[in-house]
Amino acid sequence: MTATLSADNLTLIRGERCLFEGLGFALNSGEMLLLEGRNGCGKTSLMRAIAGMLSLETGQIFWNDVPVLKQRQTFHGALVWLAHRTGLKGDLNMLENLHFEESLRPQSERDPEEVYERLGIERLRRLPLRSLSAGQQRRVALARMLLANVPLWLMDEPFTNLDREGRKLVMELVEEHLGTGGMCVMAAHQDVEINAPVTKIHLQ
Amino acid sequence: MNEVTAIQPGILSGLWATARRDLLLAWKRPGDVLNPLFFFAMVCTLFPLAVGPSAAQLEFSGPGVLWVAALLATLLSLNSLFLTDFEDGSLDQLLVSSQPLPVLALGKTLAHWLTSGLPLVLVSPILAITYRMPWSVVPVMMLTLLLGTISLSLLGSIGAALTVGLHRGTALLSLLILPLAMPVLLLGANTVSLAAGNDVYTTGVWALGAYAIASLSLAPYATAAALRISNE
Repeated sequence: MTATLSADNLTLIRGERCLFEGLGFALNSGEMLLLEGRNGCGKTSLMRAIAGMLSLETGQIFWNDVPVLKQRQTFHGALVWLAHRTGLKGDLNMLENLHFEESLRPQSERDPEEVYERLGIERLRRLPLRSLSAGQQRRVALARMLLANVPLWLMDEPFTNLDREGRKLVMELVEEHLGTGGMCVMAAHQDVEINAPVTKIHLQ
Repeated sequence: MNEVTAIQPGILSGLWATARRDLLLAWKRPGDVLNPLFFFAMVCTLFPLAVGPSAAQLEFSGPGVLWVAALLATLLSLNSLFLTDFEDGSLDQLLVSSQPLPVLALGKTLAHWLTSGLPLVLVSPILAITYRMPWSVVPVMMLTLLLGTISLSLLGSIGAALTVGLHRGTALLSLLILPLAMPVLLLGANTVSLAAGNDVYTTGVWALGAYAIASLSLAPYATAAALRISNE
C-alpha cells in the first residue's frame, strides 16, 4: 500500500506577515520534499502546519487524499517528527526516554541494539541526557525515528549539531527510508545529497 | 515496513507511560514535589502562631485554614505541569503522537495529583492535630481533601494548559482556576466544619465526589483543546 501526502493552496499568516501563499505539493512513497530558504522564512511553520499543529489561513493538507484534520490520530500514527528541540527529557537517560516513546507510536521490528550501534550511542544508555553533548542528544532523537514504524519522517534541520559523519549518516538513513517506500519532509540549510526523487520548495 | 496498518500502541499504554515518566521525573527532582507540601505545612503551622493558641479559636478556624492552604499549595504546583514539557519540546511530541491527547493529558494530571495532591492528604492528619481536630473528624477531612485535590488537579490542568505559552502565567492561571475551584473549597471546608460540629455532613462528601467525577470526565478534553490552542 502506498501513501501520499499532498497540500493545496496553503496560505499562512503569522502576525502581520504572510509567510507563504497558494503553496501546494504532492509527495508519494519513496519521495522527499526539501524545504529551503533563509532563516525565518517559515520552514518550521510550514512543517508545524503539515504536522497539524498550526491552523492555516487557507488550504488543506491531505494524507491519502483525506484531510489531515479529519483523521488527526491516524495521520499522527503515521509520522514521526524530529524537531529543532529534541523533546527528550534531560533528567532521564536514553533508555528511559526511548521506552516512553514506544507508547506514542507504532514500533518497528528493528533490533534496538543495532540502531544504537549504528548511531554510535550504544555506550550512552545509562547516562542522563543532560550530560550528553548536543550532537549525541540529536543522535538519540534519531534513534526515536528509526525505532518507529511510520512512513512519514518530518525533519526540521536534522543536521544541526551533528559532525561530518553524523550528517552523512542522516543522509544514508533517509535514503534507506525512502528506499523502503517511506517519505520525508526536510527543512535544511545545507546541501542535501540524496539519491531519490526530491521536490524542492523554496520559501521567500 | 511502511504499511499504514502498523499496530498502534493501546490507549492505556499512553496513559500509564505518561504518568510513569512524570513520576520518574519527579523522583529525580524531589525538590519540585516537596515545594507545595512544604508550603502547605508552613501555612498550617504559622497560622496558629499568628491568631493565638486559644483552643476554641483553633477548632473553629482549623478546617478553613487547612482547606485554603491545600488550595493554594495545589495552585502553586500547577504552573509547572506543562511548562517543562513546553520548554524542552516534548509537549510538541505529545501533540503529534498517535495517542489521543486527552489521554496523555490525563496521564500527566494523574502524575501531578500523585505527587502534589496525595501527599497533602497524607500529611493533613498531623496538621489537623495542631488545630485540636477530634479524631473522629480526621477521616472525613482526609476524604474531602482526597476528592477535592482530585478536582483541583484536573481543573487546574485546564488553566495550566491555557497559560503554558505565556511567560509568568501563574497569576493568570490562578485567576482562571479560582471560579472553578470555589465550589470545592466551600464544600470541603464546610463539610469538615459540619463533621466537627457533629452535624450531618454526608451531602457535602457526595457533592465533592460528584464534582470530582464531573472534572474527571470533562477536564481532559478541555485540557487537550487548550494545549492545542496555546501551542499554535
